[in-house]
Amino acid sequence: MEYFLQQLINGISLGAIYGLIALGYTMVYGIIGMINFAHGEIYMIGAFVSLIGFLFMGIIGVTYVPLALFIVLLMAMLFTAIYGWAIERIAYRPLRGSVKLAPLISAIGMSIVLQNYVQLAQGARVKPLQPIIQGGFELFTGNADYHVRLSYLQIVIVLVTVVLMAGFTYVITRTSLGRAQRATEQDMTMALLSGVNVDRIISTTFVMGAALAAVAGLMVTLYYGVIDFYIGFIAGMKAFTAAVLGGIGSLPGAMLGGLLIGLIEAFWSGYFTIGYKDVATFSILVLVLIFRPTGLLGKPEVEKV
Amino acid sequence: MGTLSRLTPHLKDSLAAGLLAGLLALPMLGFRLVDSAQGLSLDYRFTWVAIAAATVFTGRLILLQAGDAIRRRPSQRSASTQPQAGRPNKLRPILGWLFIAGALVLPWAPLADRNLLDKATLLLIYVMLGWGLNVVVGLAGLLDLGYVAFYAVGAYSYALLSQNFGLSFWICLPLAGLFSASFGMLLGFPVLRLRGDYLAIVTLGFGEIVRVVLLNWQVVTGGPNGVSGIQRPSFFGLPFLATAPGKTTFHEFFGLPFSPDHRIVFLYYLILVLALVTNLFTLRIRRLPIGRAWEALREDETACRSLGIDPTKTKLSAFAIGAMFAGFAGSFFATRQGFISPESFSFLESAIILAIVVLGGLGSQIGIVLSAFLLVGLPEWFRDLQQYRMLAFGGAMVLIMLWRPRGLLSNREPTIRLASAPSRVAQTAEDSV
Amino acid sequence: MASDSLPLLAVEHLTMRFGGLFAVNDLSFTAYQKEITAIIGPNGAGKTTVFNCLTGFYKPSVGRLSLTPPDDGAPHLLERMDGFRIAKVAKVARTFQNIRLFTGMSVLENLMVAQHNKLMRASVYSVAGLLGLRRFRNQERQSLEIAKYWLDKIDLSDQADWSAGNLPYGSQRRLEIARAMCTEPVLLCLDEPAAGLNPRESLQLNDLLLDIRRDQNIGILLIEHDMSVVMNISDHIIVLDHGAMIADGTPVAIRSDPTVIRAYLGAADDEDLPPEVTGDLRPAATSGVR
Repeated sequence: MEYFLQQLINGISLGAIYGLIALGYTMVYGIIGMINFAHGEIYMIGAFVSLIGFLFMGIIGVTYVPLALFIVLLMAMLFTAIYGWAIERIAYRPLRGSVKLAPLISAIGMSIVLQNYVQLAQGARVKPLQPIIQGGFELFTGNADYHVRLSYLQIVIVLVTVVLMAGFTYVITRTSLGRAQRATEQDMTMALLSGVNVDRIISTTFVMGAALAAVAGLMVTLYYGVIDFYIGFIAGMKAFTAAVLGGIGSLPGAMLGGLLIGLIEAFWSGYFTIGYKDVATFSILVLVLIFRPTGLLGKPEVEKV
Repeated sequence: MGTLSRLTPHLKDSLAAGLLAGLLALPMLGFRLVDSAQGLSLDYRFTWVAIAAATVFTGRLILLQAGDAIRRRPSQRSASTQPQAGRPNKLRPILGWLFIAGALVLPWAPLADRNLLDKATLLLIYVMLGWGLNVVVGLAGLLDLGYVAFYAVGAYSYALLSQNFGLSFWICLPLAGLFSASFGMLLGFPVLRLRGDYLAIVTLGFGEIVRVVLLNWQVVTGGPNGVSGIQRPSFFGLPFLATAPGKTTFHEFFGLPFSPDHRIVFLYYLILVLALVTNLFTLRIRRLPIGRAWEALREDETACRSLGIDPTKTKLSAFAIGAMFAGFAGSFFATRQGFISPESFSFLESAIILAIVVLGGLGSQIGIVLSAFLLVGLPEWFRDLQQYRMLAFGGAMVLIMLWRPRGLLSNREPTIRLASAPSRVAQTAEDSV
Repeated sequence: MASDSLPLLAVEHLTMRFGGLFAVNDLSFTAYQKEITAIIGPNGAGKTTVFNCLTGFYKPSVGRLSLTPPDDGAPHLLERMDGFRIAKVAKVARTFQNIRLFTGMSVLENLMVAQHNKLMRASVYSVAGLLGLRRFRNQERQSLEIAKYWLDKIDLSDQADWSAGNLPYGSQRRLEIARAMCTEPVLLCLDEPAAGLNPRESLQLNDLLLDIRRDQNIGILLIEHDMSVVMNISDHIIVLDHGAMIADGTPVAIRSDPTVIRAYLGAADDEDLPPEVTGDLRPAATSGVR
């Protein structure tokens, strides 16, 4: 029972991170219908910027943890967002309206470039970081052998995710920016004709997705304490799986999908062999797609003939 | 005067680009994480940021000015990019024959050495994989991001069959193809009903699953250590060895002095034949009803259904055939290397093969040869610059797509023409490309 | 209605619900061999939905769609068949409101793809085809003849090697009909074949359809807004409004049916209408052109 609870807590924290990355995939897919393959790399860059940011805070002497955390969060979001913006501008925008596979190949190329760029710039070795937020609650201390730990960090992760999620839902459903985004998603030409600056809306979408990925990167840096240039690929793939699982194009779906993937992973590693956890994740994805091809929260597509 | 007035907007544009480059470089190039005794520490390299910004600024300015200069010249090639529909393209069959002739005589060319042949062999593996994937992506329009899984299945099939049961390469080759094709069917059956992008992610996942299983299933696959000491190929039973107790070796049989190059040349021809068989098969099947149905499915699945074409079966056949060729290529890879491990079958390989197909121009057989050369052949020469090689590779993918989104050779040749259709003679002449 | 042809398609109590909306409600009618049956009605009346049920793109909520082949075989129950089987086994072919050609393929290839099942059988899982056996070559030659026949019929022989997407709009419409005919159907369903055609092309279309009716042993179902087409070539018109049939009869009868005129124009009184409108429903056709 305690062990189950522990895995549940771990799964939710991990799932929140996946969900944040998945949001970026789902937003971009929703609006321009492409798989932004480089999104995992954006997240990896977010993690690196965060790590550099923490060390920088240490050097300039900001030692009050909440303040340092806040500054680093802003920095990571800012710089990562610039990367997101630049990638769209350079590698995707010229290919808009071209053959369907062209942006995907360009995105895969971009992903390779970013991975190797970071490897060259920062070295291939894993980068460790001392824990910054320590401590937590001990729950269910009744069992002397096994204590369930809920760390402060896990609380922070879930809280930040919930706040961001609420903020994004507000932006998408209540603001004119969100309205323009939804209009572009429905019909790009018509949105353009109605005076929506489609280029800017798409750029904004990439910036928002990248900022969210940066938050995920920051939290992963804190959570695991080690990062390397390769983390983007695996996390990106899982997050995309999460987006598809939840129903691509749906924001709550992405969050739900992320949560599910996190839970599956945590429970599989907790109860079965850790080596096959990715197999479990993808098998469940395949099963869901077979029985519910639009994902869990995706709108069923009525074929128009 | 005119130049000056054009310079100002260009200057602004370039300044913005330089600024952007600086901002991008600031966190990643400006700081460097260094391992020290106390853990990580930071190092500063702000000069790099300045260099990056300056390079981008100058580069952009030169590019814009050059672009202007070109644009000012009267352009002659504006309308000539698309050849007239309906006229057969005469150039491509010739190009195809030239490639084949060149490939045939390569081992006897004056500059050909072991190294060159090795590289050519590697290149041909990718050409063959590209041709195989072309059936799936180029013809049937199914986005497969996990093609390398079938390559892996082929390679491990041969390695394990020959190690555990002592089967020879020539028996294993068809078996490997069969196994891979069965894997393709097994995977394809549930997922081929899915929409294109879902298919992409499921195949991507499948590729990862295969890799993870190869890594973890220690007893059978040897885990991360892979399988080594795989039986090397023989010339239809004659081994390429200096001496073989109780057996006639290749050089003894033909009365040649022993040379380790024999095996290299043999491997080269073997993959050349395998690749050409793949090509010939694809060219022929394109003209058959199944091939046309693949292309029709790529164009419009709904219309296909309204014409009575079974989409699932048709897609499945493309998937299985593509997988089969990957299986052949995989078993060749295993016999050539003598050692395989999961590392050789990462997602990057799938991405490279897919890039070869898309950059070549979907469906174009010659385009695939060209892009394989660009993406795999050229970088091989720069192996010394290992670190920068992948950076350049990714960059090339982006740039080629931006330059030619439809691929290098994107004109499609109809599979049947009204004029030439009745005579088989005219068709076989075209079969070469 | 009096008809000496044999019934081909019997639609009984066809109902298609989308949530609470009845797109088609308890529709019954019969289409006959060697006849053109037109389905008309205002936009949103459920005409295309009927086609989608017939050709397997939708599964009807209620109803039976039975197709009796002219060679007197057992009737096919279309509502129980998969989309592609309806075309393959029951031999119902269709065209689409927004043309769905294989635009990247040549005109001739479009017609060859339509003969897929026949050619596939001859190629024996592609083995006979790969080996170039005579069995397959003969079938291919025969299919090519059929394609040529239709190319000639739709006047596209000279453009046979063009990409279908490069054809002008009117030719694309005709090619789509020819492609459907190449499947050798017993029932041809045409979804607004005249939409977007100029008057001259409309006349060409009339001729083509009349030729098909005369030369081929098939029935034609036609959805159309262009009354110059409908009134001139139909043997039999069914009028739908809000998913239900409001009239069924010959063109002459339909032309003067007050219910029909009201449905089209929403007029309360027939007397308010100018004579040219009651005489010819053409003004309503503008709404069908996209």
